[in-house]
Amino acid sequence: MNTFNYLCPKARYPIMPKKSVQAFKDVLLEVGGISDFTIRFFKEGFKPRYEWTEFGRQCFIIGYKTLPLVGVTAFIMGLVLTVQSRPTLEEFGAESYLPAMVALSVIREIGPVITALICAGKIGSSIGAELGSMKVTEQIDAMEVSGTNPFKYLVVTRVAACTLMLPMLVIIADLISLYAAYVGVNIKDVVSIDLFFSQVFNSLVFGDVLPALIKTYFFGFAIGIIGCYKGYNSMKGTEGVGIAANSAVVVSSLVVFILDLIAVQIAEIMGLT
Amino acid sequence: METNVIHQLPKPVDPKAATVVEIKDLYKSFGSNHVLRGFNLNLKKGENLVVLGKSGSGKSVLIKCMVGLLTPDKGLVEVFGKNIPKLDRDELDHIRVKIGFLFQSSALYDSMTVRENLEFPLRRHWISKTREEVDELVLEALDNVGLKDAIDLMPSELSGGMRKRIGLARTLILKPDIILYDEPTTGLDPITSREISNLIVDIQHKYNTSSIIITHDMACAKIVSNRVMVLVNGIKFTEGTYDELNNSIDPQIKPFFE
Repeated sequence: MNTFNYLCPKARYPIMPKKSVQAFKDVLLEVGGISDFTIRFFKEGFKPRYEWTEFGRQCFIIGYKTLPLVGVTAFIMGLVLTVQSRPTLEEFGAESYLPAMVALSVIREIGPVITALICAGKIGSSIGAELGSMKVTEQIDAMEVSGTNPFKYLVVTRVAACTLMLPMLVIIADLISLYAAYVGVNIKDVVSIDLFFSQVFNSLVFGDVLPALIKTYFFGFAIGIIGCYKGYNSMKGTEGVGIAANSAVVVSSLVVFILDLIAVQIAEIMGLT
Repeated sequence: METNVIHQLPKPVDPKAATVVEIKDLYKSFGSNHVLRGFNLNLKKGENLVVLGKSGSGKSVLIKCMVGLLTPDKGLVEVFGKNIPKLDRDELDHIRVKIGFLFQSSALYDSMTVRENLEFPLRRHWISKTREEVDELVLEALDNVGLKDAIDLMPSELSGGMRKRIGLARTLILKPDIILYDEPTTGLDPITSREISNLIVDIQHKYNTSSIIITHDMACAKIVSNRVMVLVNGIKFTEGTYDELNNSIDPQIKPFFE
């Protein structure tokens, strides 16, 4: 059975199995769909009327209601990182660098990425499921026929809130992580909070903080737009709602890593690392 | 509310009444599935028109084309003299305020209370209304459907019949000139179906609305219709009053009335 001549039937050597071609096409369609959706966001997002009330409500839901989860995770992350890094640094007699090492790791990488992943799981899935369920129960159509632009009301507000709230969550998560690191350092040593944080801030430079903060805006935007895209375009009834929520999390988590990789490259090119 | 009698007949239509909806030669396909193939329809002011047809015959597609939820492949869809597929977003939204749409699933916003569901269209289109005026309109709409007590309930706390009625109240709140009912009695017990059918007639009498009612429910069609149209294979097969079609011996029509 010849399954390898899909692209070039005359070829004598295997090129690409049919399933891979289809999967590749699906990925391209998905990228195209998300790009179209993003362009529509920019086209409609800046035109009045602005949905300030709904935007405020979404900021509350996305920001405030995600804070406990982000806070607990950040605390554990900071504590574990400190406790696990200590033995290695001790081996080299460099335990005094513990605050600096933890601060750099948390601020530059772990804080933004872990917070973004948690938000992809919590916010991405909730947006995907909410809009997906509104789609299959015709609530989006009902909004449309009542003369309200559902894209503006549902999508623009959620994406904007996500973009704005994620950096704030990351800043709070970073601070909680650093406090947890202080607790972690004090498990074996006695270090005052002033000394700990002066070491932390002495180790940080502008190039550590700013790129890390800027990339979180992109993480937030990606989580919002992918969650909304998946929900807004969900199909197949209730099954589609589950698929929308699940794929919103998977795709937005993947995109967070891709954006992180790009951000690192850009920071390096600009000499910020 | 009376539950088992037809409490009033549909209001007769003035033959000189203006045409509010005109559809000519409407085509709509989904891939190779040709749903509407040159459909024609007109609706007069104050008229209740029932559209009958088998499942998948394109009845819902027809009314979705009328509010711009679907774009036809070809044909004219004129509402108040405006060709819907040619309108831009703002013009379409302006027309949509005059058209109420009752969805088969009621489509209540499930994150909002009944009050918020009813306030939603008001807050967006009649911005200048005061809090008291909005409350008054909400209560009037709920009173019309006999559900004033449900004002603070969530949609999940409502029965199927109540959801339909709240959906209808939300449709009525902007005082539309045309109401499109997508299978208003589907999934309801016969008593509740009759209540909803009577409500449709009440609304026609009270507000002189023009309505298109998509249904399979012949009891509902009998109660609400001034005129009945049968949709077969994507075209208007026939039309007439309920009694005229009821007496038809045509094998395409007879099964609906058996």
